[in-house]
Amino acid sequence: MSKWRFAIVIGASSGIGEALARQLSSQGCKVALVARRTDKLNVIADELGSAAKDRPLVFEHDVLNTADVPGLFEKICKDLGGLDLFIFSTGVMPVLPDDMYDTASDLNVIETNVAGAVAWINEAADRFQKTRFGTIVGIGSVAGDRGRRGMPVYGASKAFLETYLEAIRNRTARYGVKVVTVKPGPVDTPMTQGIGRPLPMLISANDAAATILRATENDGVVYVPWQWKPIMWIIRHIPSFVMKRINI
Amino acid sequence: MSLELSSKSHRELLSSSYLERVESWGMSIYAASYVYRPSCITDLKNIFKLAKETGRSVALRGAGCSYGDASLNSENITLDLTRFNRILDWDPYSGIIAVEPGVTLEQLWKKVIGDGWWPPVVSGTMYVTMGGAVGMNYHGKNNFKLGPIGEHVLEFDILLPTGETITCTRKNETDLFYSAIGGFGMLGCFTRIVLQMHPVETGQVEVTAFATDSFQHIYEEFEQRAEAADYLVGWIDCFAAGSQLGRGQVHAARYLSAHEVYLPEQTLRIENQDLPDTLFGIVPKSIMWRFMKLAANPLGMRIINSSKYALGRTIGNNKTMNQSLTGFSFLLDYMPGWKRVYSPGGLIQYQSFIPNENAVKCFEQQLMICQKRGIVPWLGVFKKHRKDDFLMSHAVDGYSLALDFPVNDSNREQLKSLTDELNSLVIQSHGRFYFAKDCTLTKDIAAKFLGEKTLRCFARLKKKCDPQNILQTDLSRRLFGDWTQFADDLTGSRI
Repeated sequence: MSKWRFAIVIGASSGIGEALARQLSSQGCKVALVARRTDKLNVIADELGSAAKDRPLVFEHDVLNTADVPGLFEKICKDLGGLDLFIFSTGVMPVLPDDMYDTASDLNVIETNVAGAVAWINEAADRFQKTRFGTIVGIGSVAGDRGRRGMPVYGASKAFLETYLEAIRNRTARYGVKVVTVKPGPVDTPMTQGIGRPLPMLISANDAAATILRATENDGVVYVPWQWKPIMWIIRHIPSFVMKRINI
Repeated sequence: MSLELSSKSHRELLSSSYLERVESWGMSIYAASYVYRPSCITDLKNIFKLAKETGRSVALRGAGCSYGDASLNSENITLDLTRFNRILDWDPYSGIIAVEPGVTLEQLWKKVIGDGWWPPVVSGTMYVTMGGAVGMNYHGKNNFKLGPIGEHVLEFDILLPTGETITCTRKNETDLFYSAIGGFGMLGCFTRIVLQMHPVETGQVEVTAFATDSFQHIYEEFEQRAEAADYLVGWIDCFAAGSQLGRGQVHAARYLSAHEVYLPEQTLRIENQDLPDTLFGIVPKSIMWRFMKLAANPLGMRIINSSKYALGRTIGNNKTMNQSLTGFSFLLDYMPGWKRVYSPGGLIQYQSFIPNENAVKCFEQQLMICQKRGIVPWLGVFKKHRKDDFLMSHAVDGYSLALDFPVNDSNREQLKSLTDELNSLVIQSHGRFYFAKDCTLTKDIAAKFLGEKTLRCFARLKKKCDPQNILQTDLSRRLFGDWTQFADDLTGSRI
């Protein structure tokens, strides 16, 4: 049995979000699935609803529409009947050739990964601060730990998320709220499949989700899998003059 | 602050400005709810209007002293009535008092005692509101003698979610009178309650304490003493097993008459009733729970219970003393903040009411089940009851045992399966339950103890008073869901 009774997963139609939603639902948690593609969400909800006590609820939403967030958040909480766990698992990572600059694509990354996250997590944090319980999970990335040659804006968006979540954690901890920053390495999802080359230490979305749910017992930063923690420690400490010369 | 619904949009009223954590008294359950604290009837009506227009339900809440989810309403509206706290009228000659629902028991006794009156039925804490007391039809240590508080209500005004206010007495709107009392806030909101106080000559009771060594023994003592005593309460050491099972201590009390007390008028003064805030005149009681917390584990509690029994059996056995009415009545207030001993997980209280013929056996089995499963209540309280005429009554001609269980993350599941087993046992013993304490019942168990006829009768009144089902709580949804499921084909009423 899950300790969670009610959860919202933003970005539940695929990848880590979908895996988290599936595991939460199968553990008896009532889940709200939020994404653009409701056809996909409905398939997941039907599948889960046949086994779980409660069929997950489905909500159509594009995180680019930040103005819709407050109203939708209130509606979801009401329809769920409560909220313990809020997961923001939406993110885009356009695969661009090295050395290419594409401002339109980069701004879209910022809109989705940054503005979308802020719009939702602000709502969740405001609510949890008032209700003095709840856990927020944000899916960052190891890519946020260092400014690397490839995908500068994606990496920066994840670095933003980490600092932002840390601030939210420090702001809400005194009200009993937990904030978990998840930093996965490569996870086998549609997002990474776009890269088209083998990735190091690739894990399945299911394994990632299981690790993330275990991490919600505490708050703080969690690397998924844990081996990324020492690896990223080393990478964070590579001197700048070396970083300029290597391709990682 | 008036809510000024006309000037505030639904968005503003259902914003996080009004969102709050609402907790059960036992602290083990909590919910997020939009909480409003109106101070006038107009705003009460406005809240009902807001609920209807936004499709949300409304829970009525007083001081929040129900142990479980009786005044919780997740993601919906909570009407906190504590600002309706005026005493509207008091007649010291007849002992009749009219109060608003948010008036606390503390306000009540402080108002009446100086004139030689005392609330006929009091709970273990004086911080409950009278609206909550009547809504739950609470009982005290004298339930066998004076019944629940409902028997002392002469009249009340109730505001229905439809906007209509009805005055109910035993003769006028009889059905609503006997159903709204104990109707756990499902039919309407009391706006005025008229109560008959109980005359007392002094502010003291004579308390006799003695030890008992089994449920059979305590039962016999209660039966024997019920005639002479005004109050009877038993404490049970739930850790004792085998031949010691059900051992405990009884406190029997009777009101003292004027000739038995030196300067009886002095005993009726509030300053001679107030609970002291220090132990031995030195140690502030408000810090005591921190020391008690050191014993907040099964071993510590076993030692405390055994020591209490050992003292009660030896130096405290058959001791008689005079005690102030408040000192005897409000045991839960004696140690401020004591419930924090159970923090952070909180506690649940499991209270079942068992008819005379099955009581001893059922309570023995209850404790044996707890001990076998390794979840032993830290406190057990034994009381005697009598039947009453209220529709949703919890009382029986028999006894109740209230068991305090600590809750933590690791025992929630086992506690659930334990209470499921206890619930079945209570149903087999033709027992009943009390909504102010409950957080373990299921729809099935509630239907069994209340009976189909009672539920249909209540559902019919619910439909009449609250056709849009505005008044709901987490408890009402858990136990009854949608009231329309109870077919409305009953003609005539139970009463």
